[in-house]
Amino acid sequence: MFFYLAQQTINALQLGSIYALIALGYSMVYGVLVMINFAHGDLFMLGAFACLLLAVLLPVHLPFVVILLLVMLVIGLLGALIERVAYRPLRDAPRVSAIITALGCGLVIENTTLSLSPYPQFLPTLFVSKTLTFAGLTITTLQILIIGVALGLMVGLDLLIRKTGFGMAMRAISFDAKTVPLMGIPVNRMISLTFFVGAGLGGAAGMLYGLAYPQISATMGVLIGWKAFIAAVIGGIGSIRGAVLGGFILGGVEVMAVAYLPSTYRDLISYSLLLAILIFKPYGLLGHPPNQKV
Amino acid sequence: MKKLIFCASALALAGLTGCGSGGSPSVKVGLNVELTGEMPAVGASSKNAAEMFVSQINTAGGLDLGGTKLPIELIIGDNGAKADQARTVAQRLISQDNVVAMVGPDASSCAIPASIVAETFKCPMISPWSTNSKTTLDEEGKPKQYVFRACFIDPFEARVLAKFVLNNIKAKTAAVLYDVASEAPNGQANLFKEVFEQNGGKVVAFETYTTGDRDFSAQLTKIKAQNPEVIFLPAYYNDAAGIARQARQQGITAQLIGSDAWSSPEIITLGGQDVDGSYFCNHYSTEIATPVAKKFVSDYTAKYGKAPDDVAALTYDAMGLITEAIRTAGKADRQAVRNALAKIPKYEGVTGTLQFQPGSGDPVKSAVILQIKDGKFVWIANGQP
Repeated sequence: MFFYLAQQTINALQLGSIYALIALGYSMVYGVLVMINFAHGDLFMLGAFACLLLAVLLPVHLPFVVILLLVMLVIGLLGALIERVAYRPLRDAPRVSAIITALGCGLVIENTTLSLSPYPQFLPTLFVSKTLTFAGLTITTLQILIIGVALGLMVGLDLLIRKTGFGMAMRAISFDAKTVPLMGIPVNRMISLTFFVGAGLGGAAGMLYGLAYPQISATMGVLIGWKAFIAAVIGGIGSIRGAVLGGFILGGVEVMAVAYLPSTYRDLISYSLLLAILIFKPYGLLGHPPNQKV
Repeated sequence: MKKLIFCASALALAGLTGCGSGGSPSVKVGLNVELTGEMPAVGASSKNAAEMFVSQINTAGGLDLGGTKLPIELIIGDNGAKADQARTVAQRLISQDNVVAMVGPDASSCAIPASIVAETFKCPMISPWSTNSKTTLDEEGKPKQYVFRACFIDPFEARVLAKFVLNNIKAKTAAVLYDVASEAPNGQANLFKEVFEQNGGKVVAFETYTTGDRDFSAQLTKIKAQNPEVIFLPAYYNDAAGIARQARQQGITAQLIGSDAWSSPEIITLGGQDVDGSYFCNHYSTEIATPVAKKFVSDYTAKYGKAPDDVAALTYDAMGLITEAIRTAGKADRQAVRNALAKIPKYEGVTGTLQFQPGSGDPVKSAVILQIKDGKFVWIANGQP
């Protein structure tokens, strides 16, 4: 019984760490711009495709870490580009315009990918994964790698936000976007950087997801994107640690609902529970009510 | 472009002016298939087979309608493997493109909504691959008048598979993992459980997931804890390959069993070593082919550079049935074609001899069990319901 729980916990950690990585992108963007970047799920999908291109099309055999960094760089730049081209011109427009634009960007990315690759693709294994067994408990080296890389990226992000000038500027913008430029902080550059980092993490999540569940398709970002968005809301959108917490809670609830209850009711059970959390904590577990200005 | 060619040949043959509207220089047949979305390989096979069929008829001079030879014009719509889009495409084919009959959709989740449109507008429709009973039955369980299919139905397939597991594999315990949101897998899973348990087997785990899920680890861990001898996966080839991979990674060694939804060769590309040795139920095998089937397989292979899967074969038969019915009716009239289709005498198709049961859109036909072995589909047994 204990082993069963432990085994399911490993499954939950793997799924949760991927949700958490994507949720971070939603939360960071919301923090600085108070907008939901609905194209984020599709950037996640492009992360998996970027990995496919780098692993299959290049004649040289790149090591795992190099592919991961390249994927993060490419998707990060794309995220910043989308912000520059599509969101910045609308920054002072009504909130609805920005949301529609974000949805539109997502659809453009998704359908462009669909037209280039209508068939689901199979991501090759970048290294040979071994199944390890400890006293009845099985874990693959791939699972260890995915959970490890995801946790590493989250710790890195936390340090970036708490210890660097960029992090301080980002927190300042999310605290009071009107006053910050008066202090000489280049707001536009900071927002671009936020998109770069958020999209980069989403791209990394796409690559890890593609390695864990090796079949990738142009529409894979939709469902996962929504789920990660929900995770961000549960954790308290705008809160970095909240996004991580929300991701692990969602992954955990989904896996445990299947583990101990009829799997048919998985989504019903997990989302009812999450709704219940929002009733008691309307701003999410670690979120704050917006600053009231008198 | 294709339309232009068909129209041009229509002009040449029938000597009529005008194209499409006014008079009927061609016989229009609609194709409503899954070109994009969850199972694009299925739609592609249908499109290939239907286009090959049409070009064969048109090269031979066209369809003989009471003395005049008319070419067939194939109008293709993509339903994206989505229920609502399948309905819209059916509506467009019937009302706007004015087709005389429709072939498709392939997936039951699309064929059922499309069949309601066909029934409402009284337009004959044949689904090549939809095995769910509800495709040809209305909500009260009575047969629809205008909807037919070219394949066997789920209850039959479930019996064949349950008996095969019990009698040939000699397994007594089974687990089932299926997509609860998709019509055909859902129906097959429940019917398999029913028949398997009626005949002395035991289903030790009955687990579900939802369309679009890629993480099956929680369900597989649960199944592993019950240690079944076989795992029945009535899933489309995409999902099946993903599940097989994750099951093997978790160290599950149980024999995998699939439904006809596995029959795309894509499953071998995607699943590789993980699906090797698995058995599944299918509509036909290229190994026990009749002369008609042999000709189809060689024509298709020559044209597209790969062997046809069962969807291609069934689409070819569906096109054949429609054409035969139009020829018998002698005119491109929906009601006349429907009547001719229902009464078609034994039709010698690629997937065997077909005949519709009186008052039903379901044909009487047989099934085969295949095994995936060294990257090929190998014939194992004929289906015994």
